Amino acid sequence: MATVGALPRPREPAGELAQGSPVTPGRQLRCCTASGCRAGGAGPLIEALRQAQAVADPAANGLVIKSVGCLRLCSRGPLLAWDGPGGPALFALGSTDPGTAPGAAIGPEQARALVLAAATAPGPDTLAALDLEAWRPQALLPEGSPSPGPSPVGVASAPPPSPGGIGLTWDQMDLDHPFFALQQPLVLLHCGWIDPDSIEEALALGTYGQWRRCRSDLSPEAVRAMVHRSGLRGRGGAGYPTGLKWDTVALQPPGPRFVVCNADEGDPGAFMDRSVLEGDPHRLLEGLAIAAFAVGAESGFLYVRAEYPLAIERLRRALKQAHQKGILGPGTGLELELRVGAGAYVCGEETALLQSIQGQRGQPRPRPPYPAQSGLWGAPTLINNVETLAVVPAILRRGAEWFAAIGTDTSKGTKVFSLSGAVRRTGLVEVPMGTSLRTVVETMGGGVPAAPGSPGGGVKAVQTGGPSGGCIPAHLLDTPVDYESLQALGSAMGSGGMVVVGEAMAMPELARHFMHFSVEESCGKCLPCRAGTVQLEQLLDRLLAGLAEPGELDQLEQLCRMVKATSLCGLGQAAPNPVLSALRHFRAEFLAACRAESPRAAFAREPFPAGPALGPLPGGRP
Amino acid sequence: MAALTLRIDGQAVAVPAGSSLLAATRLAGLALPVLCHLDGLTPVGACRLCLVAIEGQSKLQPACTSEALEGQVVATNTAELRELRRMAVELFFAEGNHVCAYCVASGACELQAMAVTLGMDHSRFPYQYPLRDVDASHPLFSLDANRCILCSRCVRVCAELEGAHVWDIAGRGRHCRLVAGLDQPWGEVDACTSCGQCVEACPTGALFHKDDSTAEKHPHPIRALQLRRVHDLPPRPDP
Ligand SMILES: Cc1cc2nc3c(=O)[nH]c(=O)nc-3n(C[C@H](O)[C@H](O)[C@H](O)COP(=O)(O)O)c2cc1C
Ligand code: SF4
Ligand code: SF4
Ligand code: SF4
Ligand code: FES
Ligand code: FES
Repeated sequence: MATVGALPRPREPAGELAQGSPVTPGRQLRCCTASGCRAGGAGPLIEALRQAQAVADPAANGLVIKSVGCLRLCSRGPLLAWDGPGGPALFALGSTDPGTAPGAAIGPEQARALVLAAATAPGPDTLAALDLEAWRPQALLPEGSPSPGPSPVGVASAPPPSPGGIGLTWDQMDLDHPFFALQQPLVLLHCGWIDPDSIEEALALGTYGQWRRCRSDLSPEAVRAMVHRSGLRGRGGAGYPTGLKWDTVALQPPGPRFVVCNADEGDPGAFMDRSVLEGDPHRLLEGLAIAAFAVGAESGFLYVRAEYPLAIERLRRALKQAHQKGILGPGTGLELELRVGAGAYVCGEETALLQSIQGQRGQPRPRPPYPAQSGLWGAPTLINNVETLAVVPAILRRGAEWFAAIGTDTSKGTKVFSLSGAVRRTGLVEVPMGTSLRTVVETMGGGVPAAPGSPGGGVKAVQTGGPSGGCIPAHLLDTPVDYESLQALGSAMGSGGMVVVGEAMAMPELARHFMHFSVEESCGKCLPCRAGTVQLEQLLDRLLAGLAEPGELDQLEQLCRMVKATSLCGLGQAAPNPVLSALRHFRAEFLAACRAESPRAAFAREPFPAGPALGPLPGGRP
Repeated sequence: MAALTLRIDGQAVAVPAGSSLLAATRLAGLALPVLCHLDGLTPVGACRLCLVAIEGQSKLQPACTSEALEGQVVATNTAELRELRRMAVELFFAEGNHVCAYCVASGACELQAMAVTLGMDHSRFPYQYPLRDVDASHPLFSLDANRCILCSRCVRVCAELEGAHVWDIAGRGRHCRLVAGLDQPWGEVDACTSCGQCVEACPTGALFHKDDSTAEKHPHPIRALQLRRVHDLPPRPDP
């Protein structure tokens, strides 16, 4: 298996990392316990390692085993990063049985071998040579097998693996591979390095330093000016200039204000915000606190979707720790509260989210007034996405100009993408804005492996922006990733989900998949989205069943435009995008799916005539 | 009261500051199709029939929830808007079960009137024939959900004017449905004062008097006037 590599060290300003922080002891195993690796058994794995350390010989005592957030290459999870001489190095535990979570299959002897090797290995190579197979649980070894020798490291002659047992693989990842080397972590700077449950580690790396600086040295105006100059734009999808939004809230007439962090992340294939919440919750809290300071809010909410139990648990703990340390809460001028969603995608839409926080039915309302003017309980309310807020401390620390120097003219800084789908390497990448899709998907992600028996292989399209976005065909992969470029192609940056589509996927099928999502998630308040998406899905059903005629594509497009132009909120307005963009870039596939007109067929069903009033919609209203 | 002027369909009109675009359109003597809006109730912008095009804005805006602004140039009756409205009414007819021929509200139904006005005689979109209930548990009135267009007028009239808040909408998307009380039979909801305002407010035959039969539902003789008077008070903020 090709190995891909490690994670660059956090590029902190000199001093912050060096001062004997708890983050850089002699030797440590950083075990990713974020959701991706949990699926691979990271929970039982870290338990097994800790137990093994407790019973292992004293040689293992010097090793720190800690739980960290996402180590990026989620598809190879559970991942373990090792710090020691010649480190850091990154390892992936795998299992030979695809149905088994490797982390859950590890035996106590194997865990002990791993811990001892991590504690004693003179360098990554020795650790990489660890043969876990030699330490398979006794019971699984065939009768009469020799028992494994005492040395866990570099066992030369391992007993043959027992048939039927679960074999474990142990691979070193190449940290110099572009997947890791091209990442530029700002938002994820500490994710994967610190224990998200330890505020001490966060503090040791300078988290909350900018919040403290705000209160002692900076004026709200100065903070807003900095965010303004940085060129930061909202990462929640629309790319609204963050500084402008902060100003709008701050300049409302005197009175109470609220700040809200939108952590509802509901786009299918998006897990950037989750990784921040699970990997470095204190950074987000600091960003939210700075935002509150900048707009003059004394209370705020974090709205997290209920489907993120681990993120909620870690955020809740982080909030409690910050309260205990007196960083947030009574006496600090800022009260933050956690609110958990109830499973509605539309509650990511800002006005629906505010309704939900108020305890009402999560339905959008017409804007204006925008939340910045009238939000929670009628008060001016700042609402920002997780990633938007999490990058703010870095802007304050390193300066607006430093941030503005990263990225493109109109899209500044970095963007975290969650790479998933048919791509070889699935995981989390943070790259400067303007990086080409090809770099992300092919150079970093490794493209799409050819399916066995299929002639082609390779990337067919990249879906960005989830159910509000669209697909970008392979021949446009050199498009730089920024707000305008993606929009010009009929897609959207969205929140950062990037689903790679392989040749095997039929684009009308993909369009139907997203339309079905919108049908299920429409809140039902306004007619076009409630009833229009249902009809759109049925039109696509007909097409995929081979029942549609070429003329029906016009009707499909016409209804798409109607739903887009008339729906109340962003969900309905964007629901047709996946269909429209698929029609734009892959029209031939839709035409091929239509059957040729036959009189019998025309007789057999309700016709869709194109009468005088029924022609295509005039005007090109977006 | 401060006044402002704007131009609607080429016609200059002066309106009190704070008026909605819908009120301004009416002051200009023009008619706009509305279904979810009812004078006197908080506007919600749900039916999307009153969408208008405002010069300089790429998005169509609902006149019922938008404030009229000085100098605006508004078009309410372009070919594009007419076609969009027609499609909307088609979608309304296709998503419920509207059989005007034996409906209690035939002749007095706002949805039916809208179809006539917009020249919609059939839906190009397949009828969905949803399975919906009839609630006849109330001694005086009934709810035939087959005819409900989810405009939420009954919800608002009961909550905002009667203060009883008997109605709500449950479910999401196509599963949305009107529920009484805690999803109880209407007749079991103690909060209902049997005032009948929801029946009056309902634009279709979904809510009706039990003693009315086919085409016998008629608008209340003065209710609309009374509501208009409430509407003349300063506009309420959106909840
Ligand atoms: C249907 C819908 C779902 C949305 N979901 C999210 C979400 O999950 N997370 C998010 O941050 N923004 C979401 N948004 C965008 C928010 O409405 C809002 O624009 C954003 O939180 C503003 O933050 P920003 O300026 O930092 O991007 C959604 C919008 C729509 C229309
Ligand atoms: S567009 Fe869809 S989600 Fe948005 S208000 Fe209308 S029905 Fe609800
Ligand atoms: S009759 Fe009156 S109180 Fe009863 S549900 Fe209708 S509006 Fe509410
Ligand atoms: S019952 Fe009538 S008033 Fe109530 S939501 Fe349905 S159509 Fe509207
Ligand atoms: S979740 Fe473990 S590497 Fe991403
Ligand atoms: S009347 Fe304005 S949206 Fe229904």
